[in-house]
Amino acid sequence: MDLYADIILDHYRAPRHKGELANVSVTHTEKNLSCGDEVTLQLKIADDGVAELAWTGEGCAISQAGMSMLAEEIAGKSLAEIDALTPADIRTMLGVPVGHRRVKCALLSLHTLQNALNELRNEPLQSWAETVGNDEESR
Amino acid sequence: MSLDSSAIRRHFPFLNQSIRGNPIVYLDSAATAQKPDAVLDAMRRQDETATANVHRGMHVLAERATDAYEGARETVRRFVNAKHTDEIIFTKSTTESINLVARSLGSTWQEGDAVLLSLLEHHSNIVPWLQLKEEKGIDVRWVDIDAQGQIDLQSFEKQMEDGRVKMLSITGQSNVLGTRPPLKEMIIAARAKGARVMVDAAQLVGHAPIDVATLDCDFLAFSGHKLYGPTGIGVLYGKRERLKELPPFLGGGMMIREVTRDHFTVDDAPAKFEAGTPPITQAVGLAAAIDWLQQFSWSDREAHEQELLNTAVDELVQINGVKILGYETKNQERKTKNFHGCISFVIDDIHPHDLTDLLGQRGICLRAGHHCTQPLHTHLGINASARLSIGLYNTVEEIQLLPAAIQDAVKKLK
Repeated sequence: MDLYADIILDHYRAPRHKGELANVSVTHTEKNLSCGDEVTLQLKIADDGVAELAWTGEGCAISQAGMSMLAEEIAGKSLAEIDALTPADIRTMLGVPVGHRRVKCALLSLHTLQNALNELRNEPLQSWAETVGNDEESR
Repeated sequence: MSLDSSAIRRHFPFLNQSIRGNPIVYLDSAATAQKPDAVLDAMRRQDETATANVHRGMHVLAERATDAYEGARETVRRFVNAKHTDEIIFTKSTTESINLVARSLGSTWQEGDAVLLSLLEHHSNIVPWLQLKEEKGIDVRWVDIDAQGQIDLQSFEKQMEDGRVKMLSITGQSNVLGTRPPLKEMIIAARAKGARVMVDAAQLVGHAPIDVATLDCDFLAFSGHKLYGPTGIGVLYGKRERLKELPPFLGGGMMIREVTRDHFTVDDAPAKFEAGTPPITQAVGLAAAIDWLQQFSWSDREAHEQELLNTAVDELVQINGVKILGYETKNQERKTKNFHGCISFVIDDIHPHDLTDLLGQRGICLRAGHHCTQPLHTHLGINASARLSIGLYNTVEEIQLLPAAIQDAVKKLK
């Protein structure tokens, strides 16, 4: 199956939850420096869940569609459910074969989300190696 | 007489393959050029008949290996027109050559000494100097470029003015914009101010004759794999008197004259800078590449490459949303004479990685990213670009495949 499947292109052309919010619980930005992909995620937390969210970003189709799809996925979910997300879930969500070259593009959404929650909880941020390492474990 | 590209293509076995049924169109020679069979055969012959360490044995294979390795050094000397064979040092890459100079010469520098770079530099000619900045407090200074990617000579003179620049380390040809700094002019001015000069010729070497005697630079670095030779071999040319002043870089076998329990004395160049077993087969491959290339005249090669780049510019500017870096379309005069070896471009709202991924699926190989030139990309206000770079095996017909392929990719992504 093609990396640029219709579902990816659909989210890339018409991203969901893209925009900015006021009065958020946390705003976090992550970059994939080797490509120049960038995502900023904003979360409004209430009752231990994601009440509202929005994101902005720039980059390749895979990174941007990934964030759009993940945003749909986590809207309204509890933090416990979000904490349980693994890179394997992201691969399932994307539904396209992600080769070695595009791993960081594919996981930028999860990396940003997990570090947004780390920032919210005043916990240390995880490195790319940790995010990608989790990918290898979860496959 | 012009180049017979179909004859040249028969020398390159990589062309005997297809990608998903499409012929392979390799437009990434600025990253690594493909190897002709003359190089592959020479390396295989070396490995089969003369595998041995160099300078370390009296037996017949050791003698063959040493002759081949030192023969390669002489081939490189003639190729760059150096005066002495001992001015040619083999390294593993351009990067290692630059690091050798930065580390060795830099060890004699003091806080406040400065190195002068241009915005066209590759990270390999930036980071070694930034390391020195961190360790020794040297200044890293920059020469500006104009909108066409040409050196701003006023900015160059200004940076040289106070006499604190110890070294001008500059590329001979940009690996992104394909522009060439006026090396001769800059070298004369830098030397007049007492600065040393190193030329990063990684990109230049495959596209223009190199003559260190005329350039009168102190150091010049390049790699085998940008010259239709193998990876794993680099060259550092250094003037004999400069190499004498330079402290050794890596320590180990070969670079010493004598070792006791608490002391060592250093051999003369080039051995002084070639600790450890060198890349012998790769040196043979590099020499074979140089020999192979010398069957073609420079004027034929330049005419062929200019025709390819002119075609590429003409084709690309017609595609909606394409912007060629360093090319001003509002100026009707053709600017392609400024481009050598490569051109880079961006397309509105399309990430270069998506573009080159889709092109790659059709067998068309371009590079995307920042091409190890983040300061240049920051200066240009972009994150990444797509780069088309050429070699002798490319044809105008291959370049003409691009517009349709790019338009298909854009259609898919928009």
